[in-house]
Amino acid sequence: MRLREPASAARRKALRRLGAGTAVLTLGGCARRDDPEGPLHFWAMGREAEVVAELLPAFRARHPEIRVHVQQLPWTAAHEKLLTAYAGDSLPDLCQLGNTWLPELTALDALEPLDQRVAASGLARDDYFAGILDTNVMPTATGNRLFGLPWYVDTRVLFYRSDLLRASGQPRPPQSWAEWLAAMRAVRRRDARSYGVLLPLNEPDPLFALALQQGALLRDDDSRGAFAQPPFRRALAFYAGIFAEGLAPAMTNAQIANVWDEFARGLFAFYVSGPWNIGEFRRRLPRERQGDWATAPLPGPDGPGVSTAGGSSLVIFRRSQRKAAAWRLIEFLSEPATMQRFHALTGNLPPRRSAWRSPELADDVASQAFAEQLERVRAAPKLPEWERIFQEMQHAAERVVQRTQGLDAATTELDTWVDALLEKRRWLRARTLAAAGRR
Amino acid sequence: MTRSGVVGWTLAAPALVVIAVFFAVPVVAGLALSLTDFDLYALADLSTLRFVGLDNYLRLLQTPLFWQALGNTLYFVAVGVPLSIALSLGAALLLSARVAKWQAFFRTALFAPVVTTVVAVAVIWRYLLHTRYGLINQALAALGVDPIDWLGDPHWSMPAIILFAAWKNFGYNMVILLAALQAVPRELYESARVDGAGALRQFTDVTFPLLTPTLAMVAIMTVAGYFQLFAEPYVMTQGGPLRSTVSVLYFMYEEGFRWWNLGFASTVAFVLFILIFAVSAALWRFDRDPTTRAC
Repeated sequence: MRLREPASAARRKALRRLGAGTAVLTLGGCARRDDPEGPLHFWAMGREAEVVAELLPAFRARHPEIRVHVQQLPWTAAHEKLLTAYAGDSLPDLCQLGNTWLPELTALDALEPLDQRVAASGLARDDYFAGILDTNVMPTATGNRLFGLPWYVDTRVLFYRSDLLRASGQPRPPQSWAEWLAAMRAVRRRDARSYGVLLPLNEPDPLFALALQQGALLRDDDSRGAFAQPPFRRALAFYAGIFAEGLAPAMTNAQIANVWDEFARGLFAFYVSGPWNIGEFRRRLPRERQGDWATAPLPGPDGPGVSTAGGSSLVIFRRSQRKAAAWRLIEFLSEPATMQRFHALTGNLPPRRSAWRSPELADDVASQAFAEQLERVRAAPKLPEWERIFQEMQHAAERVVQRTQGLDAATTELDTWVDALLEKRRWLRARTLAAAGRR
Repeated sequence: MTRSGVVGWTLAAPALVVIAVFFAVPVVAGLALSLTDFDLYALADLSTLRFVGLDNYLRLLQTPLFWQALGNTLYFVAVGVPLSIALSLGAALLLSARVAKWQAFFRTALFAPVVTTVVAVAVIWRYLLHTRYGLINQALAALGVDPIDWLGDPHWSMPAIILFAAWKNFGYNMVILLAALQAVPRELYESARVDGAGALRQFTDVTFPLLTPTLAMVAIMTVAGYFQLFAEPYVMTQGGPLRSTVSVLYFMYEEGFRWWNLGFASTVAFVLFILIFAVSAALWRFDRDPTTRAC
């Protein structure tokens, strides 16, 4: 009984202290963007966020006055976190951004244009692969502006079994669609257990790359679908034809337990994939198969073709109070030497040609196909709805491949769906035009 | 207003204010939102918000993915609710049996899944369900069953989610049913035994009728909860494979927070609300009848 008083007094004191602590925390949370002395808030995703911490000591040595706080976001949740942070006005100072998300955040007017800073820093824009840099250029009311600086790149090339191709009488990788078809047929003829290519039905990227080679997928200033037009139809006909001929298994990723095992076993000779698989192939294929695979640029309709322009960019948010410091960090991460270190740590491919001169990249045979392909990449349509259209395009393609719908019906239906989705975009454009007319 | 009326309203006011702020306002705002096309563009510039009337509702009924999500949800409810309640009832009967030892221990152990976090146990379940190394497939292999790709095969993904959800939730209903079982007067069993009723007859003629009101309440709560399936597919499958585990709520979440169509997502929320309300009301009626008969 005697203890009751002091105990409750102690509890009250503890509670008060806790309350004060919470107040400090809350204040800290509110003050962070306006506080010029506080750390720079940098959001990065997945593996890159872990690795960037290893690059930062060199930055700190050069700019001891700038403290950097890296927040790691998982890729699966990053998109919604960014949008909710925008809605809640709690975006960081700078961020790693998948370059397909740029249109969305530009539509929200959340990003800071970088043209002037790039020019002032003397960064050579033409050192960047043109197609990759272009994904960061967005149309605005005052003309095209650069909203991000590429950090690393991603595109799709062919991974292939060189031994299977040689054994089927194909000494070099195909360069055109016709040569590719011929090579796949030869592989299939040689051994009926082998397919020509693996194109997982839930992956839109291969079809999208083929479609990019043919022409525009949207029309009327990106406000209507052009999927029923000849360019996309040619791409889809080629894609679906591969399945119809039995040159590719109609499977999703979920049905292939382990792509690398199956590739090593020879289930398929070609695989359309990205840079991360260079490392995966080296790690996961058995040693005796390491001499039997190679990469090649993607074949086009009549000779080497374009591919997708993916990757991540670094962006500064418009509401940041520390743009100059954020730009220092972007400058540092964009230096060829930093990019080379970043590549050594992650395997991510650098977006600057000068960074490719390091022996690690210049002498790496598997990366050469990417170096060549990156000179021929094309940006995806730049509208916030694109990601959704991209997914729906693959659903339509899947129906054609599974023969639940014909090519005509699928592409027309896709256009109808896209037109409905972009109705707001057309309305917005009409409104802007009307406002301009009144003025 | 009479004096007692004033006192009554004053006493009820705090509760009414809380209900108004946290229930009525959000519901009305949600309904209003469901009649607009609030989207990414409206988030950037509110002047682009348009009133669209019932267009969202009409569009929803024409969206194939919504019907697929509704089918998946009904599958989950139709199989998951009976399974979950049967598990709860079975566990409650075992625990209340007079021969049961270590009752407190088992009660706590069986209730434990309820108080764990979904995300943490989902990680463990993903190990259990792993095609090659999972304990479940190894147990099946011992019985001579070929490995099942639980989370990768569209036919097995929903059963896997149902198993997980039933395991996660049965403990809660078990505790409620256990309390109801203990309220059944012992004399009834004694007289039933005197009349020559075996264990089965005692269950069907004594236990079950007296449990019916509790069971009905448990059923209503479980149905309402299971219609709101979300966390399990979100952590285990992200709606895949082939959209086989997309529930109505997951569909709403994708529309709202992935594509940021908040107007359309509110429409989904309202349709789900009406659906749960209708099913609960139907169950409520079903509940009344046996009670009145028992009286």
